[in-house]
Amino acid sequence: MKAAGDKASVSWAPLTLLTAGLFLFIVPFILLFVNSFKANKHITSSPLSLPTDWNLSNYTSAFAKMNYMDAFVNSVIITACSVLLLALFSSMTAHYFVRHQTRFNQYTFFLMLSSMIIPFQALMIPLVKIYGSIGMLDSKWSLIYMYIGFGSAMAVFIYHGFVKGIPAELEEAAMMDGCTRTQTFFRIVFPVLTPTTTTIAILNVIWIWNDFLLPSLVLVEPEERTLPLSTFYFFGTYTVDYGPLMAGLMLTILPVIVVYLFAQRYIIQGVMQGSIK
Amino acid sequence: MIAEKGRLNRIRTRLLFTGPTLFAFTTVMILPFVFGIYLTFTNWDGISTELTFVAFENYVSVFQDTEFWKSFYLTLKFVGATVVGINVVAFGLAYLLTSGLKGQSVFRAGFFVPNLIGGIVLGFIWQFIFSNVLVYLGKTYDIGLFRASWLSTPDKALWALIIVTVWQYAGYMMVIYVAGLMNVPKDILEAASIDGASGWTRLRRMVLPMIVPSFIVCIFLSLQRGFLVYDVNFALTKGGPFKSTEMVAMHVYEKAFRSHDYGVGQAEAFILFLLVTAVTLVQVYFSKKMEVEA
Repeated sequence: MKAAGDKASVSWAPLTLLTAGLFLFIVPFILLFVNSFKANKHITSSPLSLPTDWNLSNYTSAFAKMNYMDAFVNSVIITACSVLLLALFSSMTAHYFVRHQTRFNQYTFFLMLSSMIIPFQALMIPLVKIYGSIGMLDSKWSLIYMYIGFGSAMAVFIYHGFVKGIPAELEEAAMMDGCTRTQTFFRIVFPVLTPTTTTIAILNVIWIWNDFLLPSLVLVEPEERTLPLSTFYFFGTYTVDYGPLMAGLMLTILPVIVVYLFAQRYIIQGVMQGSIK
Repeated sequence: MIAEKGRLNRIRTRLLFTGPTLFAFTTVMILPFVFGIYLTFTNWDGISTELTFVAFENYVSVFQDTEFWKSFYLTLKFVGATVVGINVVAFGLAYLLTSGLKGQSVFRAGFFVPNLIGGIVLGFIWQFIFSNVLVYLGKTYDIGLFRASWLSTPDKALWALIIVTVWQYAGYMMVIYVAGLMNVPKDILEAASIDGASGWTRLRRMVLPMIVPSFIVCIFLSLQRGFLVYDVNFALTKGGPFKSTEMVAMHVYEKAFRSHDYGVGQAEAFILFLLVTAVTLVQVYFSKKMEVEA
Protein backbone atom coordinates (compact mmCIF):
# COMPACT_ATOMS: atom_id res chain seq x y z
CA MET A 1 0.00 0.00 0.00
CA LYS A 2 1.08 3.52 -0.77
CA ALA A 3 1.73 5.89 2.08
CA ALA A 4 -1.03 8.30 3.08
CA GLY A 5 -2.65 8.46 -0.36
CA ASP A 6 -5.79 10.48 -0.93
CA LYS A 7 -9.03 8.97 0.32
CA ALA A 8 -10.41 7.98 -3.09
CA SER A 9 -7.48 5.83 -4.15
CA VAL A 10 -7.26 4.11 -0.78
CA SER A 11 -10.62 2.41 -1.15
CA TRP A 12 -10.27 0.90 -4.59
CA ALA A 13 -6.59 -0.06 -4.62
CA PRO A 14 -6.83 -2.79 -1.97
CA LEU A 15 -10.05 -4.04 -3.50
CA THR A 16 -8.43 -4.49 -6.91
CA LEU A 17 -5.41 -6.18 -5.37
CA LEU A 18 -7.57 -8.53 -3.37
CA THR A 19 -9.80 -9.38 -6.30
CA ALA A 20 -6.79 -10.17 -8.45
CA GLY A 21 -5.35 -12.25 -5.59
CA LEU A 22 -8.59 -14.12 -5.08
CA PHE A 23 -8.72 -14.88 -8.78
CA LEU A 24 -5.23 -16.41 -8.59
CA PHE A 25 -6.29 -18.48 -5.60
CA ILE A 26 -9.42 -19.80 -7.18
CA VAL A 27 -8.40 -20.20 -10.82
CA PRO A 28 -6.91 -23.71 -10.40
CA PHE A 29 -10.27 -24.93 -9.16
CA ILE A 30 -12.14 -23.22 -11.99
CA LEU A 31 -9.83 -24.85 -14.53
CA LEU A 32 -10.38 -28.21 -12.88
CA PHE A 33 -14.15 -27.77 -12.92
CA VAL A 34 -14.29 -26.66 -16.54
CA ASN A 35 -12.06 -29.45 -17.82
CA SER A 36 -13.81 -32.16 -15.85
CA PHE A 37 -16.64 -32.04 -18.40
CA LYS A 38 -14.50 -32.23 -21.53
CA ALA A 39 -13.21 -35.09 -23.60
CA ASN A 40 -9.50 -35.86 -23.42
CA LYS A 41 -8.74 -34.41 -26.87
CA HIS A 42 -10.51 -31.19 -26.05
CA ILE A 43 -8.63 -30.82 -22.74
CA THR A 44 -5.16 -31.02 -24.26
CA SER A 45 -5.94 -28.94 -27.36
CA SER A 46 -7.68 -26.09 -25.52
CA PRO A 47 -7.54 -26.31 -21.73
CA LEU A 48 -9.05 -22.85 -21.29
CA SER A 49 -12.20 -23.21 -23.35
CA LEU A 50 -15.60 -24.00 -21.90
CA PRO A 51 -16.97 -27.48 -22.58
CA THR A 52 -19.23 -27.71 -25.63
CA ASP A 53 -21.68 -29.96 -23.86
CA TRP A 54 -21.70 -30.43 -20.11
CA ASN A 55 -21.18 -34.15 -20.32
CA LEU A 56 -21.19 -36.14 -17.11
CA SER A 57 -19.57 -39.25 -18.58
CA ASN A 58 -16.18 -38.39 -17.03
CA TYR A 59 -17.86 -38.34 -13.65
CA THR A 60 -19.62 -41.66 -14.04
CA SER A 61 -16.44 -43.35 -15.20
CA ALA A 62 -14.30 -41.80 -12.43
CA PHE A 63 -16.94 -42.66 -9.85
CA ALA A 64 -16.82 -46.32 -10.82
CA LYS A 65 -13.06 -46.63 -11.33
CA MET A 66 -12.20 -44.88 -8.07
CA ASN A 67 -14.59 -47.05 -6.08
CA TYR A 68 -15.79 -43.70 -4.90
CA MET A 69 -18.57 -44.86 -2.60
CA ASP A 70 -16.33 -47.27 -0.67
CA ALA A 71 -13.54 -44.74 -0.34
CA PHE A 72 -15.97 -42.05 0.77
CA VAL A 73 -17.53 -44.28 3.43
CA ASN A 74 -14.08 -45.35 4.66
CA SER A 75 -13.00 -41.73 4.93
CA VAL A 76 -16.17 -40.81 6.83
CA ILE A 77 -15.82 -43.71 9.28
CA ILE A 78 -12.13 -43.08 9.90
CA THR A 79 -12.48 -39.32 10.30
CA ALA A 80 -15.62 -39.45 12.45
CA CYS A 81 -14.43 -42.18 14.82
CA SER A 82 -10.95 -40.69 15.21
CA VAL A 83 -12.21 -37.19 15.91
CA LEU A 84 -14.98 -38.26 18.31
CA LEU A 85 -12.72 -40.50 20.37
CA LEU A 86 -9.87 -38.01 20.26
CA ALA A 87 -12.08 -35.22 21.60
CA LEU A 88 -13.58 -37.44 24.29
CA PHE A 89 -10.33 -38.95 25.58
CA SER A 90 -8.30 -35.76 25.31
CA SER A 91 -10.81 -33.59 27.12
CA MET A 92 -10.99 -36.12 29.97
CA THR A 93 -7.20 -36.28 30.22
CA ALA A 94 -6.78 -32.51 30.07
CA HIS A 95 -9.41 -32.12 32.75
CA TYR A 96 -7.71 -34.67 34.97
CA PHE A 97 -4.32 -32.99 34.47
CA VAL A 98 -5.69 -29.59 35.43
CA ARG A 99 -7.52 -30.81 38.53
CA HIS A 100 -4.72 -33.09 39.76
CA GLN A 101 -1.50 -31.19 39.33
CA THR A 102 0.77 -33.85 40.71
CA ARG A 103 4.36 -33.96 39.61
CA PHE A 104 3.70 -37.08 37.52
CA ASN A 105 0.85 -35.40 35.67
CA GLN A 106 2.89 -32.28 35.04
CA TYR A 107 5.79 -34.25 33.62
CA THR A 108 3.44 -36.29 31.44
CA PHE A 109 1.83 -33.12 30.14
CA PHE A 110 5.23 -31.66 29.40
CA LEU A 111 6.26 -34.85 27.60
CA MET A 112 3.14 -34.61 25.43
CA LEU A 113 3.89 -30.98 24.63
CA SER A 114 7.45 -31.66 23.60
CA SER A 115 6.41 -34.65 21.50
CA MET A 116 4.66 -32.25 19.14
CA ILE A 117 8.04 -31.41 17.67
CA ILE A 118 8.65 -34.97 16.41
CA PRO A 119 8.10 -35.11 12.65
CA PHE A 120 6.00 -37.97 11.33
CA GLN A 121 8.91 -39.05 9.13
CA ALA A 122 10.90 -39.96 12.25
CA LEU A 123 8.13 -42.31 13.38
CA MET A 124 6.86 -43.91 10.22
CA ILE A 125 9.51 -46.60 9.80
CA PRO A 126 9.37 -47.95 13.38
CA LEU A 127 5.59 -47.62 13.25
CA VAL A 128 5.38 -49.90 10.23
CA LYS A 129 7.87 -52.29 11.81
CA ILE A 130 6.10 -52.52 15.19
CA TYR A 131 2.52 -52.64 14.00
CA GLY A 132 3.38 -54.86 11.06
CA SER A 133 4.99 -57.46 13.31
CA ILE A 134 1.91 -57.71 15.52
CA GLY A 135 -0.41 -57.81 12.51
CA MET A 136 -2.05 -54.47 13.19
CA LEU A 137 -1.57 -52.97 9.74
CA ASP A 138 -4.27 -52.97 7.10
CA SER A 139 -7.31 -52.14 9.12
CA LYS A 140 -9.13 -48.88 9.53
CA TRP A 141 -9.40 -49.51 13.25
CA SER A 142 -5.61 -49.51 13.61
CA LEU A 143 -5.54 -46.27 11.66
CA ILE A 144 -8.15 -44.71 13.98
CA TYR A 145 -6.10 -45.84 16.96
CA MET A 146 -3.00 -44.20 15.51
CA TYR A 147 -4.81 -40.93 14.85
CA ILE A 148 -5.82 -40.86 18.52
CA GLY A 149 -2.18 -41.32 19.49
CA PHE A 150 -0.84 -38.72 17.06
CA GLY A 151 -3.57 -36.18 17.72
CA SER A 152 -3.73 -36.47 21.51
CA ALA A 153 -0.82 -34.14 22.33
CA MET A 154 -2.26 -31.11 20.56
CA ALA A 155 -5.83 -31.83 21.68
CA VAL A 156 -4.83 -32.23 25.34
CA PHE A 157 -2.82 -29.02 25.05
CA ILE A 158 -5.72 -26.98 23.67
CA TYR A 159 -8.25 -28.45 26.13
CA HIS A 160 -5.81 -27.88 29.00
CA GLY A 161 -5.83 -24.15 28.33
CA PHE A 162 -9.61 -23.96 28.44
CA VAL A 163 -10.25 -26.30 31.38
CA LYS A 164 -8.11 -23.97 33.48
CA GLY A 165 -10.74 -21.30 32.89
CA ILE A 166 -13.55 -23.39 34.41
CA PRO A 167 -13.98 -22.66 38.14
CA ALA A 168 -13.41 -25.76 40.26
CA GLU A 169 -16.25 -24.67 42.56
CA LEU A 170 -18.68 -25.54 39.80
CA GLU A 171 -17.58 -29.16 39.92
CA GLU A 172 -17.32 -29.27 43.69
CA ALA A 173 -20.93 -28.12 43.94
CA ALA A 174 -22.03 -30.85 41.58
CA MET A 175 -20.18 -33.46 43.61
CA MET A 176 -21.73 -32.16 46.84
CA ASP A 177 -25.08 -32.76 45.21
CA GLY A 178 -24.11 -36.39 44.75
CA CYS A 179 -22.64 -36.54 41.24
CA THR A 180 -19.79 -38.98 40.80
CA ARG A 181 -16.56 -37.81 39.23
CA THR A 182 -17.58 -39.16 35.83
CA GLN A 183 -21.07 -37.71 35.99
CA THR A 184 -19.63 -34.33 36.90
CA PHE A 185 -17.40 -34.43 33.85
CA PHE A 186 -20.11 -35.39 31.41
CA ARG A 187 -22.88 -33.21 32.83
CA ILE A 188 -20.94 -30.10 33.75
CA VAL A 189 -17.46 -29.91 32.23
CA PHE A 190 -17.85 -31.45 28.78
CA PRO A 191 -20.85 -29.26 27.82
CA VAL A 192 -18.97 -26.15 28.93
CA LEU A 193 -16.09 -27.18 26.68
CA THR A 194 -18.26 -27.31 23.53
CA PRO A 195 -16.56 -24.35 21.77
CA THR A 196 -13.16 -25.94 22.34
CA THR A 197 -14.47 -29.28 21.13
CA THR A 198 -15.63 -27.57 17.94
CA THR A 199 -12.16 -26.13 17.42
CA ILE A 200 -10.51 -29.50 18.04
CA ALA A 201 -12.97 -31.22 15.73
CA ILE A 202 -12.39 -28.73 12.89
CA LEU A 203 -8.59 -28.89 13.06
CA ASN A 204 -8.55 -32.67 13.22
CA VAL A 205 -11.17 -33.23 10.53
CA ILE A 206 -9.12 -31.13 8.08
CA TRP A 207 -5.98 -33.10 8.97
CA ILE A 208 -7.40 -36.64 9.06
CA TRP A 209 -9.73 -36.29 6.08
CA ASN A 210 -6.85 -35.15 3.85
CA ASP A 211 -4.02 -37.20 5.29
CA PHE A 212 -2.18 -39.30 2.76
CA LEU A 213 1.10 -40.67 4.11
CA LEU A 214 -0.19 -42.50 7.19
CA PRO A 215 -3.11 -44.23 5.44
CA SER A 216 -0.82 -45.12 2.56
CA LEU A 217 1.44 -46.96 5.02
CA VAL A 218 -1.29 -48.57 7.09
CA LEU A 219 -4.02 -49.47 4.59
CA VAL A 220 -2.84 -52.01 2.07
CA GLU A 221 -6.04 -53.59 0.78
CA PRO A 222 -7.91 -51.61 -1.93
CA GLU A 223 -11.25 -52.00 -0.09
CA GLU A 224 -9.90 -50.12 2.91
CA ARG A 225 -8.70 -47.08 0.96
CA THR A 226 -9.62 -43.56 1.96
CA LEU A 227 -10.55 -40.85 -0.53
CA PRO A 228 -7.03 -39.34 -0.90
CA LEU A 229 -5.59 -42.84 -1.36
CA SER A 230 -8.08 -43.82 -3.99
CA THR A 231 -7.52 -40.51 -5.80
CA PHE A 232 -3.81 -41.20 -5.77
CA TYR A 233 -4.11 -44.72 -7.18
CA PHE A 234 -6.63 -43.55 -9.74
CA PHE A 235 -4.31 -40.78 -10.90
CA GLY A 236 -1.33 -43.09 -10.93
CA THR A 237 -3.03 -45.76 -13.00
CA TYR A 238 -4.86 -43.75 -15.64
CA THR A 239 -2.52 -40.88 -16.42
CA VAL A 240 -3.40 -40.79 -20.11
CA ASP A 241 -7.06 -39.99 -19.90
CA TYR A 242 -7.34 -36.47 -18.46
CA GLY A 243 -11.14 -36.22 -18.56
CA PRO A 244 -11.93 -38.81 -15.88
CA LEU A 245 -8.89 -37.67 -13.89
CA MET A 246 -10.24 -34.13 -13.66
CA ALA A 247 -13.65 -35.51 -12.71
CA GLY A 248 -12.01 -37.73 -10.10
CA LEU A 249 -10.24 -34.77 -8.52
CA MET A 250 -13.51 -32.82 -8.56
CA LEU A 251 -15.27 -35.71 -6.82
CA THR A 252 -12.57 -35.73 -4.13
CA ILE A 253 -12.85 -32.04 -3.33
CA LEU A 254 -16.64 -31.83 -3.69
CA PRO A 255 -17.58 -33.06 -0.18
CA VAL A 256 -15.10 -30.63 1.37
CA ILE A 257 -16.40 -27.68 -0.62
CA VAL A 258 -20.02 -28.51 0.21
CA VAL A 259 -19.25 -28.67 3.95
CA TYR A 260 -17.18 -25.49 3.68
CA LEU A 261 -20.04 -23.57 2.07
CA PHE A 262 -22.21 -24.25 5.10
CA ALA A 263 -19.68 -24.14 7.93
CA GLN A 264 -17.18 -21.62 6.53
CA ARG A 265 -17.55 -19.21 9.46
CA TYR A 266 -16.94 -21.86 12.09
CA ILE A 267 -14.04 -23.40 10.21
CA ILE A 268 -12.11 -20.14 9.91
CA GLN A 269 -12.92 -19.29 13.54
CA GLY A 270 -11.79 -22.74 14.64
CA VAL A 271 -8.48 -22.38 12.84
CA MET A 272 -8.02 -18.93 14.38
CA GLN A 273 -8.62 -20.19 17.90
CA GLY A 274 -6.53 -23.29 17.40
CA SER A 275 -3.55 -21.32 16.16
CA ILE A 276 -3.58 -18.61 18.80
CA LYS A 277 -3.29 -21.15 21.61
CA MET B 1 -8.93 -30.44 45.16
CA ILE B 2 -11.60 -32.95 44.31
CA ALA B 3 -10.81 -36.55 45.18
CA GLU B 4 -12.80 -39.71 45.68
CA LYS B 5 -12.81 -41.71 48.84
CA GLY B 6 -10.66 -44.80 48.77
CA ARG B 7 -7.52 -45.65 46.91
CA LEU B 8 -9.23 -48.06 44.52
CA ASN B 9 -11.72 -45.44 43.42
CA ARG B 10 -8.95 -42.95 42.77
CA ILE B 11 -7.05 -45.41 40.63
CA ARG B 12 -10.20 -46.23 38.69
CA THR B 13 -10.87 -42.56 37.98
CA ARG B 14 -7.30 -41.97 36.90
CA LEU B 15 -7.40 -44.93 34.53
CA LEU B 16 -10.73 -43.88 33.09
CA PHE B 17 -9.67 -40.26 32.54
CA THR B 18 -6.09 -40.64 31.41
CA GLY B 19 -5.76 -44.32 30.48
CA PRO B 20 -6.94 -44.33 26.84
CA THR B 21 -5.08 -41.14 25.89
CA LEU B 22 -1.82 -42.05 27.55
CA PHE B 23 -1.90 -45.62 26.24
CA ALA B 24 -2.44 -44.47 22.64
CA PHE B 25 0.07 -41.63 23.02
CA THR B 26 2.75 -43.93 24.44
CA THR B 27 2.31 -46.74 21.95
CA VAL B 28 1.97 -44.53 18.87
CA MET B 29 4.44 -41.71 19.60
CA ILE B 30 6.88 -42.59 22.36
CA LEU B 31 7.43 -46.27 21.67
CA PRO B 32 8.09 -45.83 17.92
CA PHE B 33 10.33 -42.85 18.66
CA VAL B 34 12.51 -44.81 21.07
CA PHE B 35 12.43 -47.91 18.90
CA GLY B 36 13.32 -45.70 15.93
CA ILE B 37 16.51 -44.56 17.63
CA TYR B 38 17.37 -48.21 18.20
CA LEU B 39 16.61 -48.98 14.53
CA THR B 40 19.25 -46.49 13.41
CA PHE B 41 21.87 -48.85 14.88
CA THR B 42 20.61 -51.95 13.09
CA ASN B 43 20.43 -53.06 9.49
CA TRP B 44 16.82 -53.95 8.89
CA ASP B 45 15.86 -54.70 5.29
CA GLY B 46 12.14 -54.57 5.90
CA ILE B 47 11.60 -58.30 5.55
CA SER B 48 13.77 -60.29 7.96
CA THR B 49 12.57 -60.59 11.52
CA GLU B 50 16.04 -60.34 12.96
CA LEU B 51 17.83 -57.09 13.52
CA THR B 52 21.61 -57.08 13.43
CA PHE B 53 23.38 -54.48 15.48
CA VAL B 54 25.71 -52.48 13.24
CA ALA B 55 26.71 -49.63 15.59
CA PHE B 56 27.28 -46.40 13.69
CA GLU B 57 27.43 -47.93 10.21
CA ASN B 58 24.11 -46.34 9.18
CA TYR B 59 25.27 -42.90 10.22
CA VAL B 60 28.45 -43.38 8.21
CA SER B 61 26.26 -44.31 5.23
CA VAL B 62 24.19 -41.18 5.76
CA PHE B 63 27.29 -39.05 5.52
CA GLN B 64 28.28 -40.83 2.33
CA ASP B 65 24.81 -40.58 0.82
CA THR B 66 25.34 -37.61 -1.52
CA GLU B 67 21.70 -37.72 -2.62
CA PHE B 68 20.65 -37.13 0.99
CA TRP B 69 22.83 -34.04 1.31
CA LYS B 70 21.66 -32.81 -2.04
CA SER B 71 18.05 -33.07 -0.96
CA PHE B 72 19.02 -31.54 2.37
CA TYR B 73 20.45 -28.51 0.58
CA LEU B 74 17.42 -28.33 -1.73
CA THR B 75 15.14 -28.40 1.31
CA LEU B 76 17.02 -25.48 2.88
CA LYS B 77 16.58 -23.47 -0.33
CA PHE B 78 12.95 -24.47 -0.53
CA VAL B 79 12.27 -23.60 3.12
CA GLY B 80 13.97 -20.22 2.77
CA ALA B 81 11.89 -19.30 -0.26
CA THR B 82 8.58 -20.60 1.09
CA VAL B 83 8.89 -19.05 4.55
CA VAL B 84 9.47 -15.64 2.99
CA GLY B 85 6.83 -16.15 0.29
CA ILE B 86 4.10 -17.50 2.57
CA ASN B 87 4.53 -14.82 5.20
CA VAL B 88 4.80 -11.87 2.81
CA VAL B 89 1.68 -12.94 0.91
CA ALA B 90 -0.22 -13.91 4.06
CA PHE B 91 0.59 -10.68 5.87
CA GLY B 92 -0.23 -8.60 2.80
CA LEU B 93 -3.61 -10.26 2.41
CA ALA B 94 -4.37 -9.98 6.13
CA TYR B 95 -3.40 -6.30 6.15
CA LEU B 96 -5.65 -5.51 3.21
CA LEU B 97 -8.46 -7.57 4.73
CA THR B 98 -8.46 -5.72 8.04
CA SER B 99 -8.56 -2.26 6.52
CA GLY B 100 -12.36 -2.11 6.78
CA LEU B 101 -13.40 -3.20 3.30
CA LYS B 102 -16.79 -4.59 2.46
CA GLY B 103 -16.99 -8.28 1.63
CA GLN B 104 -13.98 -9.20 3.75
CA SER B 105 -15.44 -12.51 4.83
CA VAL B 106 -15.89 -13.62 1.21
CA PHE B 107 -12.22 -12.89 0.52
CA ARG B 108 -11.08 -14.61 3.71
CA ALA B 109 -13.12 -17.68 2.90
CA GLY B 110 -11.75 -17.76 -0.65
CA PHE B 111 -8.09 -17.47 0.27
CA PHE B 112 -8.47 -20.25 2.81
CA VAL B 113 -9.84 -22.85 0.37
CA PRO B 114 -6.53 -24.60 -0.54
CA ASN B 115 -6.02 -25.56 3.12
CA LEU B 116 -9.16 -27.64 3.13
CA ILE B 117 -7.91 -29.86 0.37
CA GLY B 118 -5.22 -32.46 0.73
CA GLY B 119 -1.73 -31.94 -0.66
CA ILE B 120 -2.06 -34.92 -2.98
CA VAL B 121 -5.06 -33.42 -4.75
CA LEU B 122 -3.51 -29.94 -4.87
CA GLY B 123 -0.34 -31.42 -6.34
CA PHE B 124 -2.27 -33.16 -9.11
CA ILE B 125 -4.28 -30.04 -9.95
CA TRP B 126 -1.11 -27.98 -10.32
CA GLN B 127 0.59 -30.72 -12.24
CA PHE B 128 -2.16 -30.32 -14.81
CA ILE B 129 -1.75 -26.53 -14.79
CA PHE B 130 2.02 -26.56 -15.17
CA SER B 131 2.25 -29.25 -17.78
CA ASN B 132 -0.89 -28.45 -19.80
CA VAL B 133 -2.46 -25.07 -19.21
CA LEU B 134 0.74 -23.02 -18.99
CA VAL B 135 2.38 -24.86 -21.87
CA TYR B 136 -0.74 -24.23 -23.93
CA LEU B 137 -0.57 -20.52 -23.07
CA GLY B 138 3.15 -20.42 -23.83
CA LYS B 139 2.69 -21.94 -27.25
CA THR B 140 -0.44 -20.05 -28.25
CA TYR B 141 0.72 -16.59 -27.18
CA ASP B 142 4.41 -17.26 -27.67
CA ILE B 143 5.47 -16.69 -24.07
CA GLY B 144 9.00 -18.05 -23.76
CA LEU B 145 8.73 -18.66 -20.04
CA PHE B 146 5.94 -21.20 -20.44
CA ARG B 147 6.79 -22.84 -23.74
CA ALA B 148 8.28 -25.90 -22.03
CA SER B 149 6.71 -27.43 -18.95
CA TRP B 150 8.26 -26.12 -15.76
CA LEU B 151 8.01 -29.57 -14.29
CA SER B 152 10.51 -30.97 -16.77
CA THR B 153 13.21 -28.33 -16.17
CA PRO B 154 15.17 -28.83 -12.93
CA ASP B 155 15.46 -25.16 -11.89
CA LYS B 156 11.89 -24.24 -12.69
CA ALA B 157 10.45 -27.40 -11.14
CA LEU B 158 11.72 -26.23 -7.76
CA TRP B 159 10.08 -22.86 -8.32
CA ALA B 160 6.86 -24.57 -9.30
CA LEU B 161 6.93 -26.43 -6.00
CA ILE B 162 7.65 -23.20 -4.13
CA ILE B 163 4.77 -21.38 -5.84
CA VAL B 164 2.30 -24.16 -5.08
CA THR B 165 3.40 -24.31 -1.44
CA VAL B 166 3.04 -20.55 -0.99
CA TRP B 167 -0.37 -20.72 -2.64
CA GLN B 168 -1.33 -23.61 -0.37
CA TYR B 169 -0.37 -22.12 3.00
CA ALA B 170 -0.73 -18.35 2.53
CA GLY B 171 -4.45 -18.51 3.33
CA TYR B 172 -3.85 -20.38 6.56
CA MET B 173 -1.24 -17.96 7.81
CA MET B 174 -3.43 -15.09 6.68
CA VAL B 175 -6.09 -16.25 9.15
CA ILE B 176 -3.52 -16.11 11.96
CA TYR B 177 -2.36 -12.62 10.93
CA VAL B 178 -5.98 -11.44 10.70
CA ALA B 179 -6.52 -12.63 14.27
CA GLY B 180 -3.41 -10.71 15.34
CA LEU B 181 -4.33 -7.55 13.46
CA MET B 182 -7.83 -7.52 14.90
CA ASN B 183 -6.30 -7.32 18.37
CA VAL B 184 -4.44 -4.12 17.53
CA PRO B 185 -6.46 -1.40 19.27
CA LYS B 186 -8.07 0.87 16.67
CA ASP B 187 -8.14 3.99 18.86
CA ILE B 188 -4.36 4.06 19.21
CA LEU B 189 -3.97 3.96 15.43
CA GLU B 190 -6.54 6.71 15.04
CA ALA B 191 -4.75 8.82 17.60
CA ALA B 192 -1.51 8.31 15.69
CA SER B 193 -3.00 9.35 12.37
CA ILE B 194 -4.48 12.48 13.98
CA ASP B 195 -0.97 13.24 15.19
CA GLY B 196 0.11 13.00 11.55
CA ALA B 197 1.62 9.52 11.32
CA SER B 198 1.38 8.20 7.75
CA GLY B 199 0.05 4.74 6.91
CA TRP B 200 3.57 3.44 6.45
CA THR B 201 4.77 4.83 9.79
CA ARG B 202 1.78 3.38 11.60
CA LEU B 203 2.43 -0.01 10.01
CA ARG B 204 6.13 -0.04 10.82
CA ARG B 205 6.15 1.59 14.24
CA MET B 206 2.86 0.43 15.71
CA VAL B 207 1.21 -2.46 13.91
CA LEU B 208 4.24 -4.66 13.25
CA PRO B 209 5.60 -4.55 16.83
CA MET B 210 2.16 -5.34 18.18
CA ILE B 211 1.69 -8.48 16.12
CA VAL B 212 5.08 -10.06 16.76
CA PRO B 213 3.33 -13.08 18.37
CA SER B 214 1.48 -13.75 15.09
CA PHE B 215 4.76 -13.59 13.19
CA ILE B 216 6.30 -16.07 15.59
CA VAL B 217 3.47 -18.56 15.16
CA CYS B 218 3.38 -18.19 11.37
CA ILE B 219 7.12 -18.46 10.87
CA PHE B 220 7.20 -21.47 13.17
CA LEU B 221 4.41 -23.20 11.26
CA SER B 222 5.79 -22.39 7.82
CA LEU B 223 9.27 -23.54 8.81
CA GLN B 224 7.96 -26.80 10.14
CA ARG B 225 5.72 -27.47 7.16
CA GLY B 226 8.52 -26.55 4.78
CA PHE B 227 10.96 -29.03 6.26
CA LEU B 228 8.41 -31.82 6.25
CA VAL B 229 6.77 -31.18 2.87
CA TYR B 230 5.77 -34.46 1.27
CA ASP B 231 2.27 -34.73 -0.25
CA VAL B 232 2.50 -31.82 -2.68
CA ASN B 233 6.09 -32.74 -3.52
CA PHE B 234 5.06 -36.29 -4.29
CA ALA B 235 2.01 -35.45 -6.38
CA LEU B 236 3.46 -32.47 -8.24
CA THR B 237 6.95 -33.56 -9.23
CA LYS B 238 7.62 -36.97 -7.67
CA GLY B 239 11.03 -35.48 -6.84
CA GLY B 240 11.94 -35.08 -10.49
CA PRO B 241 13.24 -34.18 -12.95
CA PHE B 242 16.52 -35.87 -12.03
CA LYS B 243 15.83 -35.57 -8.29
CA SER B 244 15.95 -31.79 -8.62
CA THR B 245 12.94 -31.43 -6.32
CA GLU B 246 13.36 -34.38 -3.98
CA MET B 247 12.92 -32.82 -0.54
CA VAL B 248 14.38 -34.45 2.53
CA ALA B 249 11.10 -35.97 3.74
CA MET B 250 10.62 -37.65 0.40
CA HIS B 251 14.20 -38.86 0.31
CA VAL B 252 13.72 -40.57 3.68
CA TYR B 253 10.62 -42.32 2.36
CA GLU B 254 12.37 -43.44 -0.82
CA LYS B 255 15.41 -44.63 1.08
CA ALA B 256 13.41 -46.77 3.48
CA PHE B 257 10.45 -48.05 1.52
CA ARG B 258 11.77 -48.11 -2.04
CA SER B 259 15.43 -49.04 -1.55
CA HIS B 260 14.64 -51.18 1.53
CA ASP B 261 17.37 -49.43 3.45
CA TYR B 262 15.38 -49.01 6.62
CA GLY B 263 18.33 -48.49 8.96
CA VAL B 264 19.84 -45.70 6.87
CA GLY B 265 16.39 -44.26 6.18
CA GLN B 266 15.64 -44.11 9.89
CA ALA B 267 19.03 -42.54 10.61
CA GLU B 268 18.22 -39.86 8.03
CA ALA B 269 14.79 -39.37 9.58
CA PHE B 270 16.46 -38.93 12.94
CA ILE B 271 18.80 -36.32 11.52
CA LEU B 272 15.75 -34.57 10.08
CA PHE B 273 14.21 -34.63 13.57
CA LEU B 274 17.36 -33.09 15.06
CA LEU B 275 17.36 -30.39 12.39
CA VAL B 276 13.71 -29.47 12.93
CA THR B 277 14.26 -29.40 16.70
CA ALA B 278 17.34 -27.20 16.37
CA VAL B 279 15.62 -24.76 14.02
CA THR B 280 12.59 -24.59 16.30
CA LEU B 281 14.67 -23.92 19.41
CA VAL B 282 16.72 -21.24 17.65
CA GLN B 283 13.56 -19.62 16.37
CA VAL B 284 11.84 -19.69 19.75
CA TYR B 285 14.96 -18.22 21.35
CA PHE B 286 15.22 -15.32 18.91
CA SER B 287 11.52 -14.60 18.82
CA LYS B 288 11.36 -14.47 22.62
CA LYS B 289 14.11 -11.86 22.50
CA MET B 290 12.23 -9.88 19.88
CA GLU B 291 9.05 -10.01 21.86
CA VAL B 292 10.76 -8.44 24.85
CA GLU B 293 12.17 -5.62 22.75
CA ALA B 294 8.88 -4.97 21.01
